[in-house]
Amino acid sequence: MQALLLTAALIFFAIWHILAFDELKTDYKNPIDQCNTLNPLVLSEYLIHAFFCTMFLYAAKWLTLGLNMSLLAYHIWRYISRPVMSGPGLYDPTTIMNADILAYCQKEGWCKLAFYLLALFLTTYMA
Amino acid sequence: MSAPSGSPHATAGARTPPRPGVAVAPAALASSGPAPARQNGPAQSQMQVPSGHGLHHQNYVAPSGPYSLEPGKLASSLPDGQCNDYYSGLYTLPAQKVATPGAASHTGAQQVYCGGPPAPPLLGTLPGPVPGATVAASHMHTSASQPYPSFVNYYSSPTIYTASSSAASQGFPATCHYGVSAVSNAVHPSVSYSSLPPGDPYTQVFTSQSALATGPGRKGSFPGQNAAPSRPSALAAPLPPQHLQQQSLAGYSALSWSVPGLPPTQDKLIRNHSGPLASASSSPANPVADSLAGPSMQNAPPPRSSPVVSTALPGALSTRVLPAGKHPGELVALGAQPQELPPQKGMQYGDYVNNQASSAPTPLSSASDDEEEEEDEEAGVDSSSTTSSASPVPNSYDVLEGGGYPDMHSSSASSPAPDPVPEPQPVPTPTAPQSAKVAKPFGHSYPALQPGYQNAAAPPTSGVQPGAVPYAAFQQYPQQYPGVNQLSSSLGGLSLQSSPQPESLRPVNLTQEKDVLPPTPIWAPVPNLNLDLKKLNCSPDSFRCTLTNIPQTQALLNKAKLPLGLLLHPFRDLTQLPVITSNIIVRCRSCRTYINPFVSFIDQRRWKCNLCYRVNDVPEEFMYNPLTRSYGEPHKRPEVQNSTVEFIASSDYMLRPPQAAVYLFVLDVSHNAVEAGYLTVLCQSLLENLDKLPGDSRTRIGFMTFDSTIHFYNLQEGLSQPQMLIVSDIDDVFLPTPDGLLVNLYESKELIKVLLNALPSGRVSVFQTQLPSLGAGLLQSREDPNQRSSTKVVQHLGPATDFYKKLALDCSGQQTAMDLFLLSSQYSDLASLACMSKYSAGCIYYYPSFHCTHNPSQAEKLQKDLKRYLTRKIGFEAVMRIRCTKGLSMHTFHGNFFVRSTDLLSLANINPDAGFAVQLSIEESLTDTSLVCFQTALLYTSSKGERRIRVHTLCLPVVSSLAEVYAGVDVQAAICLLANMAVDRSVSSSLSDARDALVNAVVDSLSAYGSAVSNFQHSGLIAPASLKLFPLYVLALLKQKAFRTGTSTRLDDRVYAMCQIKSQPLVHLMKMIHPNLYRIDRLTDEGAIHVSDRVVPQPPLQKLSAERLTREGAFLMDCGSVFYIWIGKSCDNNFIEDVLGYPNFASIPQKMTYLPDLDTLSSERTRSFVAWLRDSRPLSPVLHVVKDESPAKAEFFQHLVEDRTEAAFSYYEFLVHVQRHICK
Repeated sequence: MQALLLTAALIFFAIWHILAFDELKTDYKNPIDQCNTLNPLVLSEYLIHAFFCTMFLYAAKWLTLGLNMSLLAYHIWRYISRPVMSGPGLYDPTTIMNADILAYCQKEGWCKLAFYLLALFLTTYMA
Repeated sequence: MSAPSGSPHATAGARTPPRPGVAVAPAALASSGPAPARQNGPAQSQMQVPSGHGLHHQNYVAPSGPYSLEPGKLASSLPDGQCNDYYSGLYTLPAQKVATPGAASHTGAQQVYCGGPPAPPLLGTLPGPVPGATVAASHMHTSASQPYPSFVNYYSSPTIYTASSSAASQGFPATCHYGVSAVSNAVHPSVSYSSLPPGDPYTQVFTSQSALATGPGRKGSFPGQNAAPSRPSALAAPLPPQHLQQQSLAGYSALSWSVPGLPPTQDKLIRNHSGPLASASSSPANPVADSLAGPSMQNAPPPRSSPVVSTALPGALSTRVLPAGKHPGELVALGAQPQELPPQKGMQYGDYVNNQASSAPTPLSSASDDEEEEEDEEAGVDSSSTTSSASPVPNSYDVLEGGGYPDMHSSSASSPAPDPVPEPQPVPTPTAPQSAKVAKPFGHSYPALQPGYQNAAAPPTSGVQPGAVPYAAFQQYPQQYPGVNQLSSSLGGLSLQSSPQPESLRPVNLTQEKDVLPPTPIWAPVPNLNLDLKKLNCSPDSFRCTLTNIPQTQALLNKAKLPLGLLLHPFRDLTQLPVITSNIIVRCRSCRTYINPFVSFIDQRRWKCNLCYRVNDVPEEFMYNPLTRSYGEPHKRPEVQNSTVEFIASSDYMLRPPQAAVYLFVLDVSHNAVEAGYLTVLCQSLLENLDKLPGDSRTRIGFMTFDSTIHFYNLQEGLSQPQMLIVSDIDDVFLPTPDGLLVNLYESKELIKVLLNALPSGRVSVFQTQLPSLGAGLLQSREDPNQRSSTKVVQHLGPATDFYKKLALDCSGQQTAMDLFLLSSQYSDLASLACMSKYSAGCIYYYPSFHCTHNPSQAEKLQKDLKRYLTRKIGFEAVMRIRCTKGLSMHTFHGNFFVRSTDLLSLANINPDAGFAVQLSIEESLTDTSLVCFQTALLYTSSKGERRIRVHTLCLPVVSSLAEVYAGVDVQAAICLLANMAVDRSVSSSLSDARDALVNAVVDSLSAYGSAVSNFQHSGLIAPASLKLFPLYVLALLKQKAFRTGTSTRLDDRVYAMCQIKSQPLVHLMKMIHPNLYRIDRLTDEGAIHVSDRVVPQPPLQKLSAERLTREGAFLMDCGSVFYIWIGKSCDNNFIEDVLGYPNFASIPQKMTYLPDLDTLSSERTRSFVAWLRDSRPLSPVLHVVKDESPAKAEFFQHLVEDRTEAAFSYYEFLVHVQRHICK
């Protein structure tokens, strides 16, 4: 049950990201503000996901754990290779508007959304 | 804080900016109260001119010495009866002066004047004193408004003047009109302002004005622009017109700007003018204006009412020019016979005039549309200002330079001389002139049609014509086309020429071609458009694309393996720029594109956006053309005739009222700084230039210094001595005297001088001289000296902390830019420090191992840089939006700014030396269009507190075959874009990656060409002629400090080179990448050009190889910011003695940084050549005389990029290397 709630939260995060980048792309918001709102979310999302993984580990759900570990690894890599910044978070307002980076972030958002939805079904039907 | 200060100190800088009140000066964003706007409005009119042109003015003044004088004189000389008022008086005066000056002296101006002179004859018709008229014209240029009115009076040609007068009223109006016309002319030389006959002179004048600067520039420009030059001649020989006319007639017949002829018109105009004049009179009032001279005049806004006169008519002007004598054939001989044409045309004008008159008022009254105000300044919908008028904005620099920049590369060189000549003749054509005036442009293009239009409604025809573009185009070209052709071409407007460009596609076997480098400078390729469009297109100096033939699809682009992108130099000093003060700024309703020469008019009432293809209505006011004072000719408005225009924006374009300019200097006064002695240089420069700091009466200035504490200076008015306040708690800095830190420059000037004089005494200091070692932004040394020449990994190209980046963003949010002057002898982590300027749109200057006595050349450089830095034009609170035709999209921007949205760059400050690059991708196939357009709109607050929008529009053809894509490569633009991309790659990935990418760019593009286009299977390396320099430039780039490996390069030097690559405009960057080498010990007058009375030799370019350096010679290398003169060991003693002032090679000192002023022919030639090179750029380069054998020669030799070095290929080896890769 708790897992369901948390997955819902993750889905929410993913949707939030997608919306945020869309706003950026359509010139709706200032990148500085947007990064300020997004950056705190990044770490909390990662932590929730890490918490999941540990839960799966304890529950010995190896299949789900395997799936989630790949995402966890990606998260770690992503955070290690983030731009130089003093606060938490991933997004740098000076580079976020670069079309390549923006497109990447959007794609990442959609992929994660799909992944979390899949995870939601898995946890619902396999639990 | 706004701009200038170098604020090395993190702390200091950081703190200050936040203070909104204080810092802000620059920023505009805040809120736009209507009220403020208003202020602006009114104020603007007055102020505008000054502000906008503020700098210019100064410049103008200087250059135009005469001009400036004129205004005053003008005033003094009151009008004869004719001029209602001052104007005439003014004009006359000016005229006199002008006349006096003799055209010759002021090339550009002169020409104009010349034009003026002719006017007199016209005047003959008119009561006014001819001279006056001329003068007036000149005045107009100078001070626009006043002059105009008067002109009008004088001239029978009133129209023009009227226009001017109106313009005057508007502010620039007259000028503007003229300007516009002028502009157009100027811009497109051909444009000749056909100002009305009387106007001719005037027009010319205008042109000259516009040109003012142009004058000189003009010359330059003229060449390019055929028409312009011709005009002068026309002026000179008014009579010729007939001949001209005929010719022109063919082309122009309609145009006929017969304008002149129309006395009636004149009358009308005059009347109109009178109205305006009245208003104008008010304008004159502005003292400022007067003082400013030209500029001020422009300010004179009041007049708005009067619409632009016929000034616009380029033709007329041209005719004058044509005078024939001078530039006989070439120029368009627009000059229709004065009398002949006149009648009809004149009539027309008259009508127009009338219309205008009636209409004019309206515009004034009309307010801007409220429609959509968008947050962005840009978004702002229409702004209302007064009537539309255009004025040429001369940039001082340009003027000074004397045409140096002129758009036309080619033209500049040759043309200049001619102009002067015309002047003398002016007088001659009294009546005739009028007719002569015919506008070249129009005429050419559509002879018949135009008349129609003019008449009124005729619109149809013109309207009918498909290409909107056409209209604009017409004006300018006229000359060139023979009548018929013109028509067809204009009609053909959009169609591309199908024939391939043989020359640019000619296969070149690089491995066998010994001298790829041409002996003459390389100009930007001209897009393969029809002539009309070509002439209208934006100058490549401001706006260039790497591919002048845009591939139809991304797939085609990928096949070509060439980078697609734009290179911008949006705020460049221009010799002439049409400034438009209009009630409405016409923009597309859906994409907000500004109306430009490349839109199409579907009929008279509707136009189709060339970027999004939406059909928009033409606003009622836009139907009236202030330049021609005619109604129903929206396609002849200056906005549609010039691809570079500047609008005076209304309050809709502001988020808050324009702020005063604020300059805060943050100086490092630590022991290290005092030791280096930069303070003396700085304070000296500041003292010298204090009066020249751009700004209005509200300008504020402040100083802070720091060592391990921060010192504030209370300079408040009323104190007898500056107070120094020390804050030692750098972790929580507060402002001890919030009110006293920034003071009004003018009220407290004395105190500031006291302070500046005291500084060198040792208490205070400089910009940044060392690594920040304290406080929030402290940095650690990251450089490992042992890695300097490593061929592998170069680390630490990126910032170590985001402190400076955040600081920059904070400042940017406050519309404050930070400029960094780093004078450091040790590693100072420029990579981190530079962030403060990079993201706040500042600039970065770096003086490694600066010491005022041990390193005098650096001190000299600092001094020169400071002079330019302190006095150059500056725009505050700027944003720049780049739009492109649907289907294209921008994906990466390069330069110093903060990207606020996908197409919007936030620039706290904009300066004329800033360049930008944009990478493009093709998102949708462009198969349904044959042209694509790019538009940059730079919205800024001038230092005089006016909100302005500078718009550049570039139009390029779309092609579907690979061969055509290769034919249109602009290799210089491509290399600059690649350099920018390589910098990004170095920082985000690694230097070796970036180097590989550069090599791959050559390999890929040449192999793609080889396999797809060229049919030969030679053993050699085949490239199209358009790309033949590509490998050479890439090799040069690989040997550039930024990207070289294997040679010892200090990290800061490398990072600085990267910063420069990112922020320099193309012209400067190319010199940095591939310097120009000339042999100067045997200069001759062969092929020399004439620039303002001086003969400038044009030695051929030499390839950058030691094989070209003979011991018997002396060579000059132009690296952009540095000149080296290399003296061979066995150099002719005559040369050494005549030019350097030493008896023989041995006696030349090791460090020599100037050329003595010797009275010998070779010295004169050399100095004139060096001066000419210097004049063509804003930064005065430092000159080093390098003896063969001196230790300094290593610096010189590192620029010889075709030679082999220990760590890098020679040019031939590089080709072989590339070839090997291709064959793989």
